[in-house]
Amino acid sequence: MADPMRIRAALAGDETTVRVLMAHIMETGIRKDASGALIPAHFIQDVEATHNGKSVLKTMWSGAVSQNPFLSFKFKGAAKGDKVVVKWVDNKGDSRTDEVTIA
Amino acid sequence: MKNTRRSALKVTGAFATLVSLGLITQSQAQAAVDRSGFSVKTLDDALKAIGGNAAASDQITVVSPDIAENGAVVPVGVVSKMPNTTEIFIIIEKNPTPLAAVFMIPDGTAPDVQTRVKMGQSTNVIAVVKADGKLFSAIKETKVTLGGCGG
Amino acid sequence: MKKSMVQRQVLAAAALLVGMGAALAQDATATGIAQYREMLQDGNPAELFEMKGEKLWTQNRGPKNATLEKCDFGKGPGVLKGAFVELPRYFADTGRVQDLESRLITCMETLQGYKAEDLYKAAANYGKGESANMVAITTYVVTASKGMDFALPQGNEKEKTMYEVGKRLFFARSGPHDFACSTCHGVDGQRIRLQELPNLTKNPGDGVGFAAWPAYRVSNGQLWTMQKRLNDCYRQQRFPEPKFGSDATIALAVYMGVNSKSAESIVPAIKR
Repeated sequence: MADPMRIRAALAGDETTVRVLMAHIMETGIRKDASGALIPAHFIQDVEATHNGKSVLKTMWSGAVSQNPFLSFKFKGAAKGDKVVVKWVDNKGDSRTDEVTIA
Repeated sequence: MKNTRRSALKVTGAFATLVSLGLITQSQAQAAVDRSGFSVKTLDDALKAIGGNAAASDQITVVSPDIAENGAVVPVGVVSKMPNTTEIFIIIEKNPTPLAAVFMIPDGTAPDVQTRVKMGQSTNVIAVVKADGKLFSAIKETKVTLGGCGG
Repeated sequence: MKKSMVQRQVLAAAALLVGMGAALAQDATATGIAQYREMLQDGNPAELFEMKGEKLWTQNRGPKNATLEKCDFGKGPGVLKGAFVELPRYFADTGRVQDLESRLITCMETLQGYKAEDLYKAAANYGKGESANMVAITTYVVTASKGMDFALPQGNEKEKTMYEVGKRLFFARSGPHDFACSTCHGVDGQRIRLQELPNLTKNPGDGVGFAAWPAYRVSNGQLWTMQKRLNDCYRQQRFPEPKFGSDATIALAVYMGVNSKSAESIVPAIKR
């Protein structure tokens, strides 16, 4: 089971800003190890954030996104105390889902 | 490549043509981009993969530093003031595979996203935005440098 | 390859122009780098290490199947706030001046039953296995002192001695390049490539030298503790690498830490 994300969600006015830190190696697949062999690609491909079951963001990523990825986005229509759920899936099929309560 | 800020990003070939020729399915067309778009190696091919010509627009801002101390982690944000922005694409021109990230923006979500990308060298960060079905772009150069003893 | 007179003159003129341009560019560069660092502040992956450390702090582990919650970092058992900014310091129960990382090993031994020598061995394989756990716990403990000012005690004879030892080590030139820490960090205004080098002999210092470690390094995606930072400094000077938690490394930390008195600790920072 992958390491947990750090998610923060804060409401200001009518807009919720969500900041996510994900723990992931984000290996591109084009790096080589000390013996010259290619290190296999291992990176988050899809991220989806939902609020009350409604999708508020979807992303498609390549290995070019940095290690331990950071993601920030904003959406309207939420209230303090609501939950935002973030899920990522990587190219090996591993996934991680975490949630945050909007402050 | 001077004057890139003001000139449109032109490319030949069209996503729509592929659909009309039955070479890709409608659902593939509906996905913002086929995942194979992430494997293409040139800027031209990356633009083809996401739909073709993208007119320059000052309604789009690329938020990236002028200089990055290290290319492994370069903060990149895109803010679009174009109404009905549905997709945001981040392209790093000189990366081995230029298309770095795609964001699908539903109603109610701001076309204002931030992430961090790897940049292999100083190059242009290109934001392409799909708004009302049309593509628009903005460019900012970010220099990548090195510090420290290295190694 | 010999250059002609004309070529030399052209080169000299070009060098002058580059020099002038370089001075202007330097300011723009400094601003650019400051902007880059600012943009990284929001969302420091060090938080991922801190989260992991927090879990480990309260987890029953080791042969004694106990938590670390009673660990005394100098301000009393379990007191974390302010502990990091007073380390290294003298501990009566071990009779030595210890930094946070060696003190953590002491606690893991006494509270959880681990063997210290196993942990020191694991620590040498930085960031892997048990070392990864120790790094996470270290990150958790230092975060409790974030924003506080350094205030290392110097009341005990051993603490004072370690300061003096650290100072000697700091200025001792050795190794194949005849470097000392002071070669790079003993003067104002130096840099390596585009990296400014903090002067670590001054008080309170520029706030991003000693005060910034432990830090998450974007260049390798690792969280570097002070032990790792010192180890790598020695490696960069082409010195033999010091043993983890050695008196030499602790003495250097005392020297730099005391020099940082009243500087704000910005840990865990995010760095190149």
